[in-house]
This record gives sequence, C-alpha cells and structure tokens, in this order.
Amino acid sequence: MKVLVPVKRVLDYNLKVKVKSDQSGVDLSNLKMAMNPFCEIAVEEAVRLKEKGVVTEIVAVSIGPEQAQETIRTALAMGADRGILVKVDGDVEPLAVAKILKGIVEAESPQLVILGKQAIDDDANQTGQMLAALLGWPQGTFAFKIDVASDKVTVTREVDGGLQTVALNLPAIVTTDLRLNEPRYASLPNIMKAKKKPIDVKAAADYGVDTAPRLKVLKVTEPPKRQGGVKVKTVAELVDKLKNEAGVL
Amino acid sequence: MAESFPEIRASVRRLCAEFPGAYWQALDRDRIYPTEFVETLTREGFLSVLIPEAYGGAGLGLGAAAAILEEIHRSGCNGGACHAQMYTMGTLLRYGSEVQKQAFLPKIASGALRLQAFGVTEPTSGTDTTRLRTFARREGDRYIVNGQKIWISRAEHSDLMVLLVRTTAREDAAKPSDGMSVLIVDMKEAVGRGLTVRPIRTMLNHATTELFFDDLEVPAENLIGVEGQGFRYILEGMNAERILIAAECIGDGRFFIDRAGAYAKDREVFGRPIGANQGVQFPIARAYVQVSAAALMVDHAAALFEAGEPCGTEANMAKMAASEASWFAADMCVQTHGGFGFAEAFDIERKFRETRLYQVAPISTNLILSHVATHVLGLPKSF
Ligand SMILES: Cc1cc2nc3c(=O)[nH]c(=O)nc-3n(C[C@H](O)[C@H](O)[C@H](O)COP(=O)(O)OP(=O)(O)OC[C@H]3O[C@@H](n4cnc5c(N)ncnc54)[C@H](O)[C@@H]3O)c2cc1C
Repeated sequence: MKVLVPVKRVLDYNLKVKVKSDQSGVDLSNLKMAMNPFCEIAVEEAVRLKEKGVVTEIVAVSIGPEQAQETIRTALAMGADRGILVKVDGDVEPLAVAKILKGIVEAESPQLVILGKQAIDDDANQTGQMLAALLGWPQGTFAFKIDVASDKVTVTREVDGGLQTVALNLPAIVTTDLRLNEPRYASLPNIMKAKKKPIDVKAAADYGVDTAPRLKVLKVTEPPKRQGGVKVKTVAELVDKLKNEAGVL
Repeated sequence: MAESFPEIRASVRRLCAEFPGAYWQALDRDRIYPTEFVETLTREGFLSVLIPEAYGGAGLGLGAAAAILEEIHRSGCNGGACHAQMYTMGTLLRYGSEVQKQAFLPKIASGALRLQAFGVTEPTSGTDTTRLRTFARREGDRYIVNGQKIWISRAEHSDLMVLLVRTTAREDAAKPSDGMSVLIVDMKEAVGRGLTVRPIRTMLNHATTELFFDDLEVPAENLIGVEGQGFRYILEGMNAERILIAAECIGDGRFFIDRAGAYAKDREVFGRPIGANQGVQFPIARAYVQVSAAALMVDHAAALFEAGEPCGTEANMAKMAASEASWFAADMCVQTHGGFGFAEAFDIERKFRETRLYQVAPISTNLILSHVATHVLGLPKSF
C-alpha cells in the first residue's frame, strides 16, 4: 500500500514570533524553520505502518519554497522513501494546498493520505478536510489511534469529551492529533541515506492550480499582554468580582 | 549565520532530550559511566561519523563530528564519556595496514569494538611527551611492555587502546621525537596479564585511570605503521582531539548562556527580573561574544583539518579560546543563578566542573601559549 504524507515547513516550535511593525504578518527572517510537529506525527505513523508491513511506499510531499526540500529530507531520514516538492513562494492557503494535493493523489494513487491535523503557523485545521471533500474520500480527523486492515482503516478520534472510533473504507484521509505517537529522531546512517533518496520538483501549474490568495489579511496583532492576577479572600468576594468587574455572571 | 548540519543537530538534540539533568546527576553522584547514553549514541550511528563509508561509518568530516559534540554539550549532556570513540581510530585509519583496518574499523563503526582509550600521559613526563618512559621491547613476534601511564580515560570502557610507547630510548634516538611507536592493545587480553587498571576519583565523572604495565605482551602485528615513527602518527589525532574538545566547550558555553539568559529573564528580585540589571546582563552578553568568537576559530580549524592542511596552531588556538570562553560562561552562569547555581538539580555546578577540565586536558593552556609564542611569533624558546 502506498501512503502520501504532506509535510509543512513552519517556524521551529521552540521559537517565539514577533508581529511585523506594519501588522501585515509575522517576521520570519533569520528564524529557524522545522517540520510542523503534527506532520512529524504523520510521518512517524506512516513509517510505523511500513515497519509493520502494511505499507510498502511512503511519499512525502511539501508545498512551499525551495527550502522546503529540507523538510522533505527530514521525512526521508525518518523513513519516507521519496519526496515531491511543489515549489511555491509566498503564502499558500489551505484550499490551494488541498487542490495541489488532489492533483498529486490522482497522479500517485495512494490508498491513504496522512496529514497533520493543523500547522502550528496559522492553525487553520482545514487542509485534510478540504482534500477529503475534493476527492470525495472518507476522512478520520484528529487521530489518536490508527489500525489499517486490508481495505479499511479504523481511526480512533479525539473529540470533545472523549474518543470516537470510526471505520473508513480505503482510500481515505487521516489527520493526526498530538497523542497518536511520539515521532522518532533520525539516526546518522538514515540522515545520510536520505540525502540519496529522490525528490521530484514540481510547480503548482503542473496540477493546474492557481495559488493566488483568496483571503485578504487585514491586520495581524500581538495577543494582549497577560495582566497580573489578584487573590480573593472569600467566595463572596469572587462572586462579586465576577458579577461586577468581569461582568460574566 | 545558519548553523552547520541542521538535520544532524536536530536529531542529536532529540536524542539528548531523553537524557535529562536527572540522569546525569544520578550518575555523577556515584561516578558511574553513562552506559545507556553511550549505547544510544552508538546505536544511532553518531560515534562512527568520521569512519569512511567503506568501513561502515558515515564518512563525514570533522565539522560534522564537531556539530554532534557541540549539540551534546549544549543539551547539558557530556560527550567526554565517548568522544574518543570518534577520533581515536584516526591513527589506525591513516597509518594502519589494510589488514588492521579491515580487522578493526567495521567493528569500531558498529560499536562492537570500543576504541576510546588513548594512552600518552605519564606521571613522570607530564606534557613533555618525548620523555615518556613506557618501553616496548621487541622479542620475536611480540612486544613486551613495561611502564606506567596516568589519566588514561575510559580504559575500563574500551576494548582497544592506542598506546604510545618508546621502542628506542630517547638517548639512543636521532631526535627526541624519534623512537616512539604506536601499539594497539586488546584490553580484554591485557588486563590481568601484565596490565593493571586503577580508577582515579576526580572532581568530575570522567572514568579516568592509571595504568601499570608489567611485562605485558602485545603481538607485533598490533604495531601501527613503522616502528619508531609513532610520535608523528599521533600528532594528527591530537589535532582532531583538540578541535573536537573545543567544539564541546562551545556547546558548554552555549548551555551556560541559554540557562543564564532564561534564568535572568525569569527570576524576579526587587520587583523586576534580575536580567533587567546591566550588572547581570552584561556578563551574559560578554560570554556570548566570547563563545561566538571561539566558535569561528573552531570552524576555521575544522575546515583546515578537513582540507588536509596543517592546522596544529589553529587547533591549539581554537581549543584555548573555546575552553576559556566556556569557563567564563560557566562562572557567569553560577553567578547569575546566585545560590541556585550551587544546587545539583540545576546542572550548572556539574557542567561548571566538567568544562573546567578543558583548560588542562588534552593540552594545558600554558603549552598552547608557549607554542604560539615560539612557533608562531618566533620568540626565544623557554624550554
Ligand atoms: C580528567 C582527565 C582526563 C585525561 N585523559 C587523558 C587520556 O585519556 N589520555 C592521556 O594520554 N592523557 C589524559 N589526560 C592527561 C592530560 O592530557 C594532562 O593532564 C595534561 O596534558 C597536562 O599534563 P600534566 O598533568 O602532566 O601536567 P604537567 O605537564 O605536569 O603541567 C602542570 C602545569 O604546569 C604547566 N607547565 C608545564 N610545563 C610548563 C612550561 N614549560 N611552561 C609553562 N607552564 C608549564 C602546565 O601548563 C600545567 O598547568 C587527562 C587528564 C585529566 C585530568
């Protein structure tokens, strides 16, 4: 079985971003970039399925600038077999990403696409769902556990208030949640091997997709600074403050 | 500037995150060897980085090895327990016969054989290596070794040792640096049959020992290269060692700066973060400047080494600059933490002790200054 794993290059999750002074976005210049943590979980899950003998080939795809090759190499070092880079500069909205992925799915015919549930840069949480809709495939989002049997995938999902298990007919779309697995780090021999694995470079036009943004960002602002809290002495005082100061009661 | 080998560094950081401060604190208390850490680095291939692919390693250059050790140290871990597994094999690789290389290198690459003991220093010769007295007498197809070594680290955690001995007395050699030879000693064969290993307790967890040779027999086929040329063979290995130790110092320095910076932003005294005081922030900034400068020297020395250019002076200078920068950063970090700098749980005092070593070993600062003064600046020789 072939699995497609899209991976996104985002700001390293350890770093803090600053909003640009003109409020047009965040300043990413000179900051370290890395693979989106949810995408890492997706790669890990695909590699585990391959180790179990369920999956035979893992194709990692990234849609982004030239440097997104590094993100693909990370996936290859973790155990993916080959990569596809769809070179696009500038922001690509989830719908455009989903359309490009649809083109790749049609060319590659994977049985399963495993994506991160969201990217930590814009937290959109849309691509997987949009791709499922465009392809007309079933989707199991926010996966906590995945089991693949011949023509079915069973996905245990994290939902508000608990876990829900759904069975999907293959081919299907799965998006990963945080607790699905703990991604491995690559060994040095695997990092070396990854350098020799092939990466195809494509353009959005190869899939007939126009990536021009459809949304207009009006402004980006810093979240309000956290104010220091106060300690209340009695429940009565708390109720009074909730009622008269916070206005939530 | 973008960091070198980002993908290797990222993996090493992940690996090290599995060995947090508590792991090192527990070992440090009882001076226990970090077996699990070393086995993990070995299994994931990071210690065979310099071994050519033909012998089962990654075949990368010194810069990659330096990146690995720097990240280990920046993470709060300590590469001292195993860094020598990376470079000690260099003498064998460069000057060993094909038979010796085939016999040892693939097993060193896989970790089946640990070659991480390097026996040079002696109690009576100190840094003056040409005066070493451990002597190997040739008798038929073997050497008989007698003498004593000190500060030989990891001897108890090594299957093989690269040993520098005299095969011709200094008085009888054409030059003081002639008449020394390199032998590969099989530790399992040797211990109890002419070799006694005695651990030395030190202020850091470094598994260092004293060795006593009493008619130890070493097969003559374990001689590397030509008899009498050994001093030349180990010099190159020493350059690699100095550059890699310097990279560990850079990692230590960055560890101290990371920790001090974070603490100074967080710790509030007199109603504001201590880092808002220039008296606290300037030493952190100074440490950063010094570590950054030293890091450039380490990169430069590593690049010369990789290009096969002479780099003895650059390796020495990088080691000195880096060990002094990390020591300044260590002292700064203790001061920034106040009382907590002394608490085991913060790892600062442990790293402080660990990084202090590198102004003495593998070569002390004065000997580097003497090299620069006489060999580079042409000042008169003092000894
Ligand atoms: C923890 C530890 C691990 C070690 N591991 C190893 C190992 O694995 N293998 C190995 O072979 N060695 C090892 N060493 C030894 C180390 O390389 C030596 O300790 C170091 O080179 C200094 O030599 P020495 O101790 O004999 O000092 P000495 O040579 O006795 O020097 C003492 C002091 O005097 C100074 N000095 C000496 N001569 C002069 C001069 N002419 N002018 C100015 N100053 C001078 C030195 O700089 C030094 O500060 C280790 C040492 C330690 C502490």
